[in-house]
Amino acid sequence: MTCQITSSLRFMSSSPAPVVACRECDLLMREISLLPGKTAVCCCCGASLYRNVPESLDRTLALALAAMMIFIIAAVYPILGIEVQGIRTSTNLIGAVRALWDQGMKVVSALVCITTILTPAVEITMLIYLLLPLRFQRVPPGAARILRIIQGITPWGMIEVFMLGVLVSIVKLNDLADLIPGVALWSFGGLTLLLAFVTSYFDPQQVWAHLDEKSAGGAAV
Amino acid sequence: MKRRVSPSAAGLGLCSCRTCGLVSGPYTYKSLDTALCPRCLARLHSRKPGSVESCWALLIAAYVLYIPANLLPIMETGSLFEYRKDTIMSGIVHLWKSGNWGIAAIVFIASIIVPLFKMIALTLLLVSVQRKSTWWPMQRTRLYRLVDLVGRWSMLDIYVVTIMAALVQIRALATVKAGTGAIAFGAVVVLTMFAAMKFDPRLIWDPLRERSEL
Repeated sequence: MTCQITSSLRFMSSSPAPVVACRECDLLMREISLLPGKTAVCCCCGASLYRNVPESLDRTLALALAAMMIFIIAAVYPILGIEVQGIRTSTNLIGAVRALWDQGMKVVSALVCITTILTPAVEITMLIYLLLPLRFQRVPPGAARILRIIQGITPWGMIEVFMLGVLVSIVKLNDLADLIPGVALWSFGGLTLLLAFVTSYFDPQQVWAHLDEKSAGGAAV
Repeated sequence: MKRRVSPSAAGLGLCSCRTCGLVSGPYTYKSLDTALCPRCLARLHSRKPGSVESCWALLIAAYVLYIPANLLPIMETGSLFEYRKDTIMSGIVHLWKSGNWGIAAIVFIASIIVPLFKMIALTLLLVSVQRKSTWWPMQRTRLYRLVDLVGRWSMLDIYVVTIMAALVQIRALATVKAGTGAIAFGAVVVLTMFAAMKFDPRLIWDPLRERSEL
């Protein structure tokens, strides 16, 4: 699955092969070209250095567009409803955040809002903003900054943890009341899958290289 | 002259960008303090600045908050027949007793084991880095990767409380409220995530390089 890169002692020579430094141990290595689907790993600590994902940007764009639509459904439509002695209540994601806020748990409510609504929404929107123009050989304004933000906020999107939280709640509520699964429940399942695929296909390094080429081309003209 | 077994970027006066990965040399900047990456304009640092100090600060804050996070109730349930306050642990025990062993185990791992593991692992990493230990660098790097990977899953209990509190609002029959423990617990998760981000795994390998260059 993986190709090892051997570090070169003579890297300072005039060879044009670009160098790469391991993010986890700072070992300096020369880049090698990879076969599609392969990952280069550091020969010192085993961290993955860069990948060759075929059609990475196209695939990510397609997934991001799909994720955008499902995300709207997931946020607005009810996730779960319960029925106790003829009384029904249901909640959607935004309603859940608001309920917590109204109970005076503002910090927790903000935390939930950031990790399940804001971060995924911003990340998906920015991915589309960045990748759609690139698809048509254009560089959107502020592309470098956008890509930096995407890389920075990714760890704070926790849709998959929220999905598990919903499942745990279902088990907890099962003894208490009759459950009515909502549309958004399935959307969250789909969204979890889509975002997992985005993570495995999206390769920021490739976009950086792409932006490099574009700006170099622009400067030449 | 001894050969360097494995040249690090820093050892050769180069610096890799944390954001875009570009390796740049001193020809692109005058001093490293004010240097920006020529490709993505992020600030360049050979190592994350103040990594050990800020990581310790965040970690100690997390340790302190871990106590109220476990002692204070995270969820308050009121119904016609009973009023109960659940801490994280009593919630798990309740789940276990009601026969949902699988879910009880998942919540136990995510809410008790993961935060504790993260804090102990980060302490171990910080102490070993400060003592410039050359002990098992590979395993310590793997430990760091694991800390980074599992940290987010401790948010599980916060989400469960959120959903329950929003859903179970049937006046006179049953109401669920989030407890103050949720604030402390959320803070522990966020603080340990920041601490893990602040830690620089390259510090694990630096003492080894220094020793081989002597």
